[in-house]
Amino acid sequence: MLILTCPNCGIAADETELHADGQAHITRHGAGASDDDLEEYLFMRNNPKGVHFERWRHVYGCGKWFHAARCTMTLEVFGTYPAQTLEPPKDLVAKIKKKRPDWEGFVK
Amino acid sequence: MKRYSAFAIAREAARYHTGWERAWRSPEPKSHYDVIIIGAGGHGLATAYYLGKNYGITNVAVIEKGWLGGGNTGRNTTIIRSNYLQDPSAAIYEKARSLYETMSQDLNYNVMFSPRGVIMLAQTEHEIRGYQRTAHANALQGVKTEWIGPERVKQLVPIIELSGPRYPVLGGLWQSRGGTARHDAVAWGYARACSDMGMDIIQQCEVTGIDKSGGNVTGIQTTKGAIKCNKLGMVVAGNSGHLADMAGFRLPLESVALQALVSEPIKPCMDVVVMANTVHGYMSQSDKGEMVIGGGTDGFNNYTQRGSFHHLEETVRALIETFPMISRLKMLRHWGGIVDVTGDRSPIIGTTPVGNCYINCGWGTGGFKAIPGSGWAMAEVIATGEPQGLAAEFGLNRFQEGRFIDESVAAGVAH
Repeated sequence: MLILTCPNCGIAADETELHADGQAHITRHGAGASDDDLEEYLFMRNNPKGVHFERWRHVYGCGKWFHAARCTMTLEVFGTYPAQTLEPPKDLVAKIKKKRPDWEGFVK
Repeated sequence: MKRYSAFAIAREAARYHTGWERAWRSPEPKSHYDVIIIGAGGHGLATAYYLGKNYGITNVAVIEKGWLGGGNTGRNTTIIRSNYLQDPSAAIYEKARSLYETMSQDLNYNVMFSPRGVIMLAQTEHEIRGYQRTAHANALQGVKTEWIGPERVKQLVPIIELSGPRYPVLGGLWQSRGGTARHDAVAWGYARACSDMGMDIIQQCEVTGIDKSGGNVTGIQTTKGAIKCNKLGMVVAGNSGHLADMAGFRLPLESVALQALVSEPIKPCMDVVVMANTVHGYMSQSDKGEMVIGGGTDGFNNYTQRGSFHHLEETVRALIETFPMISRLKMLRHWGGIVDVTGDRSPIIGTTPVGNCYINCGWGTGGFKAIPGSGWAMAEVIATGEPQGLAAEFGLNRFQEGRFIDESVAAGVAH
């Protein structure tokens, strides 16, 4: 069972209490964007074997959105952080880098 | 290759079974092939087989990082059906289903295709309308399905409980020519036939890099050394994104875990496949007597080949309401496979941004039933270099062009 700590309310919630919503930090292109940009926004996804940044929502709790950094190979959770950011916090990136020296770093 | 036959069994019985050959060779890789297929699962092996059979291309290697058929080909619930809503889907799945009918004879290998029939239960008013629409679409596509009422469902599946408290069975979409097959045998049969045509199946050989020159693929780097090729086919399901990364392009895919489980074997009690999409469970009985149960996918990216326990609980809970007699069955085995899911729940077959590099992926939760049709279509794309035939509509560019083959409404569940 995957357990994530909601940074909004501080509760360690298991996955039945949460809703996963895919890749985080996507650029949301709007009207007037090129076909390439719209395709990238709507369909193209990072699908890494390893470190992944995701959007989650604490649906059966405080109802708020947050972000999580997780390993898709081991299901290890590196940490969670608020959704009001365009990229993961530097200390979290450093922590992941320490645990996974081969990781290429955060790629938008 | 010595043919399998009743005579061969008698001959071997008379000499203590000393004359059986290995079903396929395990050679070391050559330095160059006309075509390399990455992935020796059902889809990869079928692609190689139809390259040889339909186009006479036999200087082919099939590269596998694990063992043959050890991915999703060995991790599914073996259901075969073609009752899809959209025309391109119905065409390729129906081609696959029809090829399953003659596969044992074609391959001289018993894949135990059992056209026992598949019912998709309607348990809401919306599903009644949806499945009636699918039945009409299938009639136009030349796929034989029919809408049946609850009495007929009960006749076909005596162990079913029609009057469930929350989701009574209101009817179903019945495809009498759907069924199941022995999943491992499909991979083994194709492998034997490919090997017999002179193709090399190289197991325990992981691809570590893809060599390009001037935007075209020239070969691959593997744990058994570099291998050159004229054309490269990637047929690796859940690992497609990882491989595309090596080749330098992106895919509209996310890999998630899909789970299934089987019970202890019991006496024959159900001779059709039943799918209950609203409550999200499906079940059939294997030839050994085990109840084979399929569950749902997790909502998050996962490469671990195991899924979340609560999905199993939900599936089993739903099936106990539908089939009360299974409530005391013990479950024997449980497994997960990594499925690659696209935005419209339809596969991607075709060319890639890299020259001479072709991809077949995105079968999501429904790949097993498609194996022969998928291989047939992929072989045509590789042999001709053009996305045509059954694959024509399934190109990677459909997401940019907005030409979706939307099966997420029609069958947006594990299938």
